[in-house]
Amino acid sequence: MTQLALIIDLNVCVGCHACVTSCKEWNTSGSAGPLCDENPYGADPTGTFFNRVQTFEVGQYPNTETVHFPKSCLHCEDPPCVPVCPTGASYKRKQDGIVLVDYDKCIGCKYCTWACPYGAREIDEKQKVMKKCTLCVDRIYDTALPEADRKPACVKACPTSARLFGDVHDAESAVSKAIRESAGYALMPEWGTQPANHYLPRRKTNLKIHADELERVDNPLKVDGKLPKPNKSDPALDDVTSW
Amino acid sequence: MNPAFSVIFLTTLIGAGQGLFLALFTQQSYALFDLLPHQDARFYGWGSLLALLFTMAGLIASFFHLGRPERAWRSAIQWRTSWLSREVIVLPAFMGILFLYGAAHLSGFDPVLLILPSGLSVNATIVLGGIGTILAFALFVSTGMIYACLRFLQEWHSPLTVINFILLGGASGFTLATLYAAVFAPSQSGFFGGWAIIITLLAFAGRGASLWRNARLKPKSTLQTAIGIKHPRIVQTAQGAMGGSFNTREFFHGKSASFFSAVKAAFLLLAFVAPALLLAVNLTYPSGLLLGIAFILQYIGLLAERWFFFAQANHPQNLYYQNIS
Repeated sequence: MTQLALIIDLNVCVGCHACVTSCKEWNTSGSAGPLCDENPYGADPTGTFFNRVQTFEVGQYPNTETVHFPKSCLHCEDPPCVPVCPTGASYKRKQDGIVLVDYDKCIGCKYCTWACPYGAREIDEKQKVMKKCTLCVDRIYDTALPEADRKPACVKACPTSARLFGDVHDAESAVSKAIRESAGYALMPEWGTQPANHYLPRRKTNLKIHADELERVDNPLKVDGKLPKPNKSDPALDDVTSW
Repeated sequence: MNPAFSVIFLTTLIGAGQGLFLALFTQQSYALFDLLPHQDARFYGWGSLLALLFTMAGLIASFFHLGRPERAWRSAIQWRTSWLSREVIVLPAFMGILFLYGAAHLSGFDPVLLILPSGLSVNATIVLGGIGTILAFALFVSTGMIYACLRFLQEWHSPLTVINFILLGGASGFTLATLYAAVFAPSQSGFFGGWAIIITLLAFAGRGASLWRNARLKPKSTLQTAIGIKHPRIVQTAQGAMGGSFNTREFFHGKSASFFSAVKAAFLLLAFVAPALLLAVNLTYPSGLLLGIAFILQYIGLLAERWFFFAQANHPQNLYYQNIS
């Protein structure tokens, strides 16, 4: 079984919001219609987004770290938003594990948002249907695009490659390796939703160099002890120092 | 959560309708066993249609909650998994029984369907009433489970939620039945009034228990588990939007702490204490006016109770929306 997912590396995310704008641009221009905004140039602009970048400050001054935290639908393996939907508009695709909303069936009752602990779904206030990250399902399978472009818009936009995209059920995929080797973790594991998206933690890179590593420890000219005595019959290098 | 008035009116109105029907059929069941005098068919008939009016008003209110009400018919499809879908099926079924039960009484079409060995004859209205009772409880359970099944909303995720929907709806319905009987069958007002007091007090105990429980809840999710960083001090400095979002509008009630606790005091007083006292007074000094006031106060109290029920639920997604910037 395939489970497509995003892996977000908090160690390299710089909080530039390029993924947010790229996501909005791609998904507001597609055949599913716009992601509506209200008051875009007014005092309180608001609108529908699939992806948001939030910022948190961790620690106490002066030992603080600023963590930028991109947040979108996690495409849970056990999505609590799906069974509560009364119309079946909300569903999880069997073939690739993407959680989607059928905009033509959604009645806009918002019950799925109550059932999502992550706040990943947002209603479109103009179209009155629920919207959420589609993992750019209209893009990743588009054979008209070059192979390298068949990735979610956010992944393509990230200038620091903080976003990886792939199949987390394939143990040999780059995303599975990243989760395994860089301690990838899921959000709110206490609810058992098994999010497919994972986050890679902040890392501190420390390189300890010992003094002896700065010289060649296997220097052939360095004599640690006496060299073994050659046999009398052994050929000598110079025929002088030998027996 | 930010309470939606459509849902507040839906749940309180259908609750009163269900309770009124249960009250009428309780009286008819007593009468079946000759424990109470059987009333004129019109008493049950018009009472059932009054209950139908309440459920219809609730149904109309529910449409205001939908973004796409024209697609509401689709919501009956996922009854295998969704309690909301189950409610969507049970509510019209219950309304249909309310109509049939009322129509059978008013038209006089009430044939004896079978005679039990004990000599008890079971009429069509008894069978309809029995089905209606099952549906009324099924509707209470469906409505309650819509909220109780959401495990993230710890304030709701408890059997008390379902029990309280039954008791609160029952209390307002029996109070309404007392008022209805005071006008159309004064001899039965005491019977309904007695039950109304008992159910109101039970509802008081049930709601008190859930308030007690909710005051002691420890949230399972913290900012640490929300973003997966295990540090005791994390402060949000930006939530990704300055002008608010659906997440800030849907999940925060936006009222002050004093308003919040005032609503709690108001609903405890209006939904339980005041109607129980008025109903008790009515037992000795029967007065339709008093009962009218009791029902209106209790209904306003239940609106406040439902507002509080929603507002008190603290959604874990709120952890991501604590500071604008």
